[in-house]
Amino acid sequence: MGKDCGDACVKLLTGNDLTTGDVTWWTGDGWSRHIEDAVDVGDHGETLLAQETAALRVNAAYLIDATATPEGPRPAHIKDRIRALGPTVRPDLTRKPADPNAGTWVI
Amino acid sequence: MYQYDKYDQSIVDARVDEFREQTARRISGALTEDQFKPLRLKNGLYLQLHAYMLRVAIPYGTMSGRQMRMLGHIARKYDRGYGHFTTRQNIQYNWIKLEQAPDILADLATVEMHAIQTSGESIRNLSSDQYAGAAADEICDPRPWAELIRQATTFHPEFSYLPRKFKIAVTAAEEDRAAIRLHDIGLKLVKNEAGELGFEVYIGGGMGRTPFVAPLIRPFLPADNLFSYCAAALRVWNRWARRDNIHKQRIKILVHDLGTEEFTRQVEAEWQEILPLGTDVPRVELDRIAEYFAPPPFETGLSDSIDRSDPDFAVWLDQNVAAHKAPGYAIVNISLKSIGGIPGDVSAEQIELIADLAERHSFDELRATHAQNIVLPHVRKDRLYSIWQILRDAGLAEPNLDLISDIIACPGLDYCSLANARSIPVAQKIATRFADLGRQRELGELKLKISGCINACGHHHAGHIGILGVDRKGTENYQLLLGGSGAEDASLGSITGPGFSEDGVVDAIEKATDVYMRERADGERFLDTYRRIGMAPFKEAIYG
Repeated sequence: MGKDCGDACVKLLTGNDLTTGDVTWWTGDGWSRHIEDAVDVGDHGETLLAQETAALRVNAAYLIDATATPEGPRPAHIKDRIRALGPTVRPDLTRKPADPNAGTWVI
Repeated sequence: MYQYDKYDQSIVDARVDEFREQTARRISGALTEDQFKPLRLKNGLYLQLHAYMLRVAIPYGTMSGRQMRMLGHIARKYDRGYGHFTTRQNIQYNWIKLEQAPDILADLATVEMHAIQTSGESIRNLSSDQYAGAAADEICDPRPWAELIRQATTFHPEFSYLPRKFKIAVTAAEEDRAAIRLHDIGLKLVKNEAGELGFEVYIGGGMGRTPFVAPLIRPFLPADNLFSYCAAALRVWNRWARRDNIHKQRIKILVHDLGTEEFTRQVEAEWQEILPLGTDVPRVELDRIAEYFAPPPFETGLSDSIDRSDPDFAVWLDQNVAAHKAPGYAIVNISLKSIGGIPGDVSAEQIELIADLAERHSFDELRATHAQNIVLPHVRKDRLYSIWQILRDAGLAEPNLDLISDIIACPGLDYCSLANARSIPVAQKIATRFADLGRQRELGELKLKISGCINACGHHHAGHIGILGVDRKGTENYQLLLGGSGAEDASLGSITGPGFSEDGVVDAIEKATDVYMRERADGERFLDTYRRIGMAPFKEAIYG
């Protein structure tokens, strides 16, 4: 993923919600717990990162590489794919506990 | 066990109030994350992959049933119904909300618990022998000294901003169940020829990026001088530590760079400066602390015989029950390593069941072990069968203590923001591959330890078989090590060669155990055979 994604390469802004610690994704006008809502921040990533960090709404925000797919963005690095869904060893605690196929793209 | 006095309670309560205010200021925006982070870390609150993680201190692993129940309460009310026992005899929760963290600390304070010094550049939770006070092979209970160091160093200004974290372990038995030589300071209680109590002092051990087995710095330190000598060692470290380089800040690097002889000379010289100041804790204070660790009122005249007619019980008895110093009693190990389960994870319901067993059958005492299991230290032998039945029904009677499926594993990339690879799935696959209990017992003692990154929270350097997860171009890869030990025969494992995929490392381990089965001499453990025949036959089998 990432370097091989061609025209589908995107940049996402992610972090953890200040009060809950939940993984969050920048949606263009706010933050969502669901990676499907994430948008390509393109060349505006660094500006957004500085702006949102200053706004104190997220912790440890950073930019990642991802690939756009019909099902939603897929992070390039395994760490961010695990962050997007939840621990691979506890499917019951992931974002989609009722979907047995939800984690097929993570590993 | 130790109980707080008014001073202990007041400082813990004050810390809760302080952290509540700090948290409110962070949520309101009055504090930035850069300002708040060191404050939350001083209260054991990390930010991990999916949420905040709270690490709760369990000094030297000792708890009462009431305290254990509180851990279950926190799992149920504030987390997702479970907790994870760690390799530092602590427990951590993976799904904590910042806004609730002060309430958790307040709840913990009601049972004399906290999360202080479970993070940051401080003296971390003191660890000790999980069989302390019960072991047949100990010369005395080491926990009063561990408690003394805990009290003397908690919030001590000189030790609150150390160059890096600092870990101390105290034992008093021949068998090292606390990995003392892999600590910054390892202390073993011994008696000299005159029968006086003192310590063997080991300094400069550790795992992580640069592992070392600690050298013996002093063969006999009079017990009354424990604090001043530790303070001298910390001062020498504070003076020379490489605060400019995070990878070279631990005391093990200093001991290695100076050399054991020069480091020892400097510590001894510093100690001679400190000694006249009278900083050692008075004997009367140690005696006061020791009273809390007086042996429980063991019944006398109990039988040592046990009905072994139930074969499954007999296996558990042989594998998970250890000798106790009091006739008619035994030490029960509760494995948190069910086949295919997550090492160290325990549900709120299981926590409460264990608390109940401790209250009813172990003088209201239990221990967390650095191997991520639980111990009931004082159990009457005539109650073992009924306890086993209760544990079995709760999924807590896996008879695998020190066998290949009794795996130490860090949370790895499933939870940890520092990890490079997942640890838990590898542990699950290995345990499943070797699920046959007969095969495990045939292999005998085999300590397998997995870390998901070079920080070595899973103690991979000290495993008879160790696994280190690394990131190889964005893909998980696992290096295999052989020959480590955290016990009294401490050693560091050696890497076999190129790393493996998740499935590949399980295959490699099976090949290594095949070599052991083929080559072992009578009475040899896996580690013994490795030490006798060396790496070559294992490498040939794994890569040939």
